[in-house]
Amino acid sequence: MSDTHAESVAYVRDTMLPQQPPPASEAGAVKWMRENLFSGWFNTLLTLVSLYFIYQIVTGAWPWFANGIWTASSLAECREILGGQTGACFSVLTERWNQLLFGFQYPSDQYWRPVTAFVLLIVALAPVLYPKAPRQLLVVTALYPFVAFWLIWGGTLLAPLVALIGVAGGYVAFKLVEHQSFAMGAFAGLVAALVIWVLGGFVSGSAENVLALQPVPSRDLGGFMLNMILGTVCVSLSLPIGILLALGRQSSMPIIKWICVIFIEFIRGVPLITLLFVANVVLAYFFPPDANIDLVLRVIIMITMFASAYIAEVIRGGLAALPRGQYEAADSLGLDYAQATRLIIMPQALKISIPGIVNVAVGLFKDTTLVSVISMFDLVGMIRGPILASTEWNGVYWELWGFAVLLFFIVCFSISKYSQWLERQLATDHR
Amino acid sequence: MAQPAQKPVSGEVAIQIENMNKWYGAFHVLRDIDLTVYRGERIVIAGPSGSGKSTLIRCINALEEHQKGSITVDGTLLSSDVKNIDKIRSEVGMVFQHFNLFPHLTILENCTLAPIWVRKIPKREAEETAMHFLEKVKIPEQADKYPGQLSGGQQQRVAIARSLCMRPRIMLFDEPTSALDPEMIKEVLDTMVELAEDGMTMLCVTHEMGFARQVAHRVIFMDAGQIVEQNEPEAFFNNPQNDRTKLFLSQILGH
Repeated sequence: MSDTHAESVAYVRDTMLPQQPPPASEAGAVKWMRENLFSGWFNTLLTLVSLYFIYQIVTGAWPWFANGIWTASSLAECREILGGQTGACFSVLTERWNQLLFGFQYPSDQYWRPVTAFVLLIVALAPVLYPKAPRQLLVVTALYPFVAFWLIWGGTLLAPLVALIGVAGGYVAFKLVEHQSFAMGAFAGLVAALVIWVLGGFVSGSAENVLALQPVPSRDLGGFMLNMILGTVCVSLSLPIGILLALGRQSSMPIIKWICVIFIEFIRGVPLITLLFVANVVLAYFFPPDANIDLVLRVIIMITMFASAYIAEVIRGGLAALPRGQYEAADSLGLDYAQATRLIIMPQALKISIPGIVNVAVGLFKDTTLVSVISMFDLVGMIRGPILASTEWNGVYWELWGFAVLLFFIVCFSISKYSQWLERQLATDHR
Repeated sequence: MAQPAQKPVSGEVAIQIENMNKWYGAFHVLRDIDLTVYRGERIVIAGPSGSGKSTLIRCINALEEHQKGSITVDGTLLSSDVKNIDKIRSEVGMVFQHFNLFPHLTILENCTLAPIWVRKIPKREAEETAMHFLEKVKIPEQADKYPGQLSGGQQQRVAIARSLCMRPRIMLFDEPTSALDPEMIKEVLDTMVELAEDGMTMLCVTHEMGFARQVAHRVIFMDAGQIVEQNEPEAFFNNPQNDRTKLFLSQILGH
């Protein structure tokens, strides 16, 4: 500041200061380490102790991995080859690979079917998960449930075809009547779909060998495939049901509101494992004696109910976080309830709810292993049952459970990473 | 600025409110409101906070429900019939104090959403209309940004454009400048003045008395849920009659 300015109170700036870069600081790995690892005698000590522990764990575990045996046919043979050395017996994984993935009863010449279904799953998920994927792939997504059902369970193609035609017919009926009112349209759609399903059921029932794959009953499904089936089906069903429950809970119609509240509170108050026992044993009493409802279907219903109650609560949190002004703005523009919900409210509420929904989805996927308790042979069921109980592999704990941990971790970590990416994609409130 | 017309522009009635009452629980918010708004008329509603100004104009597009009396908008009686409510809402535009833009949609999408879904206008046409009004509020270059990237004044102008895209016959303004920095108030008021010059029927709750003097045909002063005084702006500001009005004006214009 010049002298003239210092002497008088009045001050007029005649030049604006240009923007300057922040002070250049020393960068690089050395600086990072000094700041983060060795910033004081205590932190230096902690760093050294941590390094020592990491060193101990790695050197302790490494021989176990390095000496791993991949080709033996039993635990006894493994031990023989190792001759007293530390070493893993990974050969249980190679030898029982198919059992771990598909269970022990799925016909081995049909493994290509679940594998194809899995590959198609990735294709079908792409347009849903990535907005940039070609939109034409949505056709695959729409057809996927029916194709996957046919591939995994087999039987005539007519059955899923009838189901597909029923859904399509219901949609057409809904569109035709929708202009009268949403409820009328939904009712018409439901009736049309039911009529097609019942009529088509006779056709597909009488032509069981048309375009048929070898049928595989539900009790023959197993391994990680069963976890994937339950996880995928239940997550994709529980999200829309959860949305409906959350909206129902906010409804101004008391009966709908109370049905939703009671459902959510009841399901949340019960452990999943009891629901699974109900599915396994008790549910049979509620159906007519000759109605043989598939066990996998019963389990899917229970897990879906369980997850949708949780998702409903997560979404309710998202709805509550929206300012009232958003509802008012939508109303003042003349949008009706369905439009406001679909275009304004839900996109924002779901965005807020992503972390919570992913939390439930990951939890649900891991909870699918609980079906091993009701004697279904999912990945955990296979390890606990047929594999560990066999004379060859009795006692191979670390390798098998480590493998199960790895499979679940890969899936759950991917889901988590995807959700973080999605949150960044949807963030519109920054510069 | 052109001298505003001091007489209602036409004899055609746009909004007819008769003996309207509203309660929040046991609290009597609006008492015996009678108000006739003519087409092309511009009304400024003033009054202390809690006097029911906002509630009054929110009743006109049924954001709030009234319990007694009648409101007729453009010949449609406002009842609990959802069809009537939606019809009125699509004819009446509203601008809020806190803008209430949709943060997950771009500026352009904010403006085209209602025309596409409510009016069933083809997307391309809706976008042309939207660009027309965004140019009118002087921010066409922001069309592809998100509301969070705009300043408060810009957001409020987008909110005005969004309402105009529905081609409303009546516009309601609920304290449109109260949440803005002083520097941004002017740009919003200029937009509103321009709108007034186009002959829009406007009901405006605001504390901007300069704006009231400049564009209003009529100023309404409310207190404790009642219309206390209404008059042409000149007479209202220079020669208030009611004691409550005098006190209010002395406080708001005193410094």
